[in-house]
Amino acid sequence: MSFVPAPISRFFHRMASPPHFYCLTNKLLPWLTVIFILLLGYGLYAGLYLAPTDYQQGDSYRIIYVHVPAAWMSLFIYVVMATAGAIGLIWRIKLADIMVICSAPIGASFTFIALVTGSLWGKPMWGTWWVWDARLTSELILLFLYLGIISLYGAIEDKRSASRAVSILALVGVVNIPIIHYSVEWWNTLHQGPTVTKIDKPSIHIDMLIPLLVMAIAFKFYHLIALLQAAKVELLKREQNSQWVKTMLESET
Amino acid sequence: MISAFFAIVRRDLILAVRLRAEAVNPVFFFILVVTLFPLGIGAETKLLQTMATGIIWVSALRAAMLSLDSLFRSDFDDGSLEQLLLSPHPLTILVFAKIIAHWLVTGLPLLIVAPLLAVFLGLPQQALGTLLITLVLVTPVLSLIGSIGVALTVGLRRGGMILSLLVLPLYVPVLIFASNAVAMAGNGYAVDAQINILIAILLLSVVLAPLPAAAALKMSMS
Repeated sequence: MSFVPAPISRFFHRMASPPHFYCLTNKLLPWLTVIFILLLGYGLYAGLYLAPTDYQQGDSYRIIYVHVPAAWMSLFIYVVMATAGAIGLIWRIKLADIMVICSAPIGASFTFIALVTGSLWGKPMWGTWWVWDARLTSELILLFLYLGIISLYGAIEDKRSASRAVSILALVGVVNIPIIHYSVEWWNTLHQGPTVTKIDKPSIHIDMLIPLLVMAIAFKFYHLIALLQAAKVELLKREQNSQWVKTMLESET
Repeated sequence: MISAFFAIVRRDLILAVRLRAEAVNPVFFFILVVTLFPLGIGAETKLLQTMATGIIWVSALRAAMLSLDSLFRSDFDDGSLEQLLLSPHPLTILVFAKIIAHWLVTGLPLLIVAPLLAVFLGLPQQALGTLLITLVLVTPVLSLIGSIGVALTVGLRRGGMILSLLVLPLYVPVLIFASNAVAMAGNGYAVDAQINILIAILLLSVVLAPLPAAAALKMSMS
């Protein structure tokens, strides 16, 4: 570990200790919630009210302010989960294990939201709730990958081996996601091309783009809040017999 | 290490020969499922012809899926898996040997039956060669990727359903490229691109799949 600067490695060592993580989370959560509400409020107001109406799609394009950030999050959370899984497998850090399994339901929910909002948007635009389009299909497969992780975790009784199993599966999945994505894209595409991530100049108007990015950041904060909350509960569940939980509970009551 | 590799392949093949029923079942299943399709969707030649590649590939996938359980199950039950874990050789190599033996027992028979069924469904003659090539390339991938799922679920009493949930999404790329290649060949197009991609996927999974499978086995036995 010599290649990691001392402050960073110290930070990780302290974060890996459950009591420290628990106290820090308790301190952070109110702040994160405030930031999240502010961002969400502004993003929704700007997206639904301030942003101009699209000349082709009318007002129904405004669903992108939920759909696109949710779709981004669905992939982002999988990568976070796999990274935590790798950390948990390599350094056997308990908290990383907890992060993996707490990420899965959040990621699955975002994937589900992306699918539902996409289908709601598809009804007026494409005239049908569902088409076997490349990105819709790979999003659906992503949902199956998440569900596989959740059900595997539920099926293994010993939660320590369940965490390891889930981490291995998440790593296998993260290698496969690009392959699945491109093969499905190659198979069929009808979805509108990427409008934000084009290298030279996004083909989306700046007044529409800013609320979208704000919403994306708001969703990131929401993810952080949901993840930390879930991790806190899971941590208490797993450490219920340890000394620090007992002393903490005594001091609180 | 090499001798251990071949010893395992030999042992698994001998076991398969002694327990023929287990090796034959996936093939029967494959034939049966393919037979059910014309009964379900009607015997129209045109319809069957357009659906032939899809039917054959999805059924082959399901058959491969069902045969996966035999990869580690009996070894897990009689304790020889623990012996494998204790052996001084790298587990990855031993797992790879088991996968090869499994493919020889369950993948190869599909190769013999599939062209026959393709003729039943009226697949064009010129697609048969491509069907065989894609089957040669894809069935090992099914065993390789499947081994990860089996290794994760072998310790579970009812792992079957979860196994499909884990493994089938990972089968999507090979399904797409293989059935597309066969369909294109049926229409008389060149399929070099699809074949090359399938070869790439095969090589990638030969290198990568045994690693998580071995790690998952260690987890299942702990």
